[in-house]
Amino acid sequence: MSALAISDLEKSFGGLRVTRAINLNVAPGERRLIIGPNGAGKTTLFNLITGDIAPDSGSIRLFDTDLTRVPSRRRAHLGLSRTYQIITLFPKDTLIRNVMLSLLGLDKVRWNPLVRLDTQKHLVTGAQEALERVGLAHLALRPLSETSYGERRRVEIAMALAQKPRLLMLDEPFAGLSIEERRDVQNLLASIPRDVTIVMIEHDMDVALEFAECISVMHFGEIVVEGSRAEVVAHPRTREIYLGH
Amino acid sequence: MNGRRIFLLVALIVLATLPYWMPGSYYVNIASQILFYAVFALAIDILLGHGGLVSLGHAGIFGVSCYIVALVVAAGWGHFAAIVIAVAGTLIAMAIYALVALRATGIGFLMITLALGQIIWGLAYRWITVTNGDNGLAVASRPAPFGSALTSATAFYYATLIVFVVTLAATAIFIHSPFGAALKGTRDQPQRMNALGFNVWMIRFYACLFSGLLTAIAGILFVYYNEFISPQALALTASAEVVLMVISGGAGTLFGPVVGAALVVIMKNVASAYIVRWNFVLGAIFVAIVVFMPEGIVPGTARLWRWLWRPRGAPAGEPQR
Repeated sequence: MSALAISDLEKSFGGLRVTRAINLNVAPGERRLIIGPNGAGKTTLFNLITGDIAPDSGSIRLFDTDLTRVPSRRRAHLGLSRTYQIITLFPKDTLIRNVMLSLLGLDKVRWNPLVRLDTQKHLVTGAQEALERVGLAHLALRPLSETSYGERRRVEIAMALAQKPRLLMLDEPFAGLSIEERRDVQNLLASIPRDVTIVMIEHDMDVALEFAECISVMHFGEIVVEGSRAEVVAHPRTREIYLGH
Repeated sequence: MNGRRIFLLVALIVLATLPYWMPGSYYVNIASQILFYAVFALAIDILLGHGGLVSLGHAGIFGVSCYIVALVVAAGWGHFAAIVIAVAGTLIAMAIYALVALRATGIGFLMITLALGQIIWGLAYRWITVTNGDNGLAVASRPAPFGSALTSATAFYYATLIVFVVTLAATAIFIHSPFGAALKGTRDQPQRMNALGFNVWMIRFYACLFSGLLTAIAGILFVYYNEFISPQALALTASAEVVLMVISGGAGTLFGPVVGAALVVIMKNVASAYIVRWNFVLGAIFVAIVVFMPEGIVPGTARLWRWLWRPRGAPAGEPQR
């Protein structure tokens, strides 16, 4: 059984085919890296997997459950969490409130209009633990608008981890981070237990190649190379795509 | 006791004793108007301030409530039945309104609600056999809860005050609840909320129903206060006026809509007695609010207050927005 199994996934925007017959199998617990030049279709592939956009054809299975026609909101309930390339948080709220919203998304109490959110101890504790995990517990009550870019990246990851996903999808988690912040996020990702499968898009090859066990290279909407770090680096197509020869 | 609780206690004492120190029943009636318009503004603010959905057709929903009360009372079914049927009927109307309007957000939502409001206004204006057209419908009497008639200005004021306090408390509970937090999340990051597992459409739909409930209550108070309803109360200007109340007072705050309602009602009823061009003055006040307190009177005043009481040694520049 694969954690994520994608078959013949196709998507076009008008006349532009952004993904072409994509096939991808990610084993449970695997750390998979997806790389490729700008416009290769990486984020579109992520959006197809999370259901933000619907595919034209093909199928997506998460631990043998067919997700292809499942609404994106239901995918979170089935164990799929993601972070965004462009930080997508709630700037008017505090850090803890951001993470509490993430927990609330999977909790039945989200429909309750009669109790105070702040009195929901399981949500407060869960959010505090998630922030502790990413080293931001001391900033829990700080408004998000008063935090640095790197801290916001970590809040994104805390929100995704708080949902206890089975498949975690990280869209450029190192983008815009300083060297120290990269090291922190790298350590954080290394500490995630193996019951969480991770698929990551990243441009920073130094940190990404170290993290990944298997790498898929995308180009013009297709997966053109797939294999271990050494195999992908040595492959002539990778050189052609990145170096032009 | 913190500052907020002291403020609430003082406000409650002022409101509870208002008929005793107001110079006459005219001003007590204006206070009643402020209170039921505040309930209407709270209803709009649920969608505008907390949900990010600007409705320009809410006066139509408000009118549905008013007309149902007038028609049921005219049919001789009594006030209790009129109120219950008005609430139920308005919720059904709001559900249909939301089903259509929530096909879009942003400017699309605004335009659909504007169109729906105009349709309801058109029905009130042209369906003469039911609504009596431009001549409107009169309501013969006011209710007499627990045997006390609401005929005097003071009695009606206290009934309105009780309803206002209950709706304000209900709104406070609603916006601090998990559902209220989810609604605000759909305002700020709908795509993210969807990815987190929230049903964004359904959250907005339920918010519309809660807003419809408050609108129904405001409509019932309005029609009993005036003992009359005509299409004028459903017009686009009526919707826009309440949206202005919310924006000027402070959208997304609990007390902003109340302050905004007080500002507009006082300008319409009190200032208009002394200033011929009162509309000009009201417009100038709105411009001043937008320039100096773009977030509205309540949050703007709070910001100014924090700036004035900032710790010594802090930068003495312009108050931060």
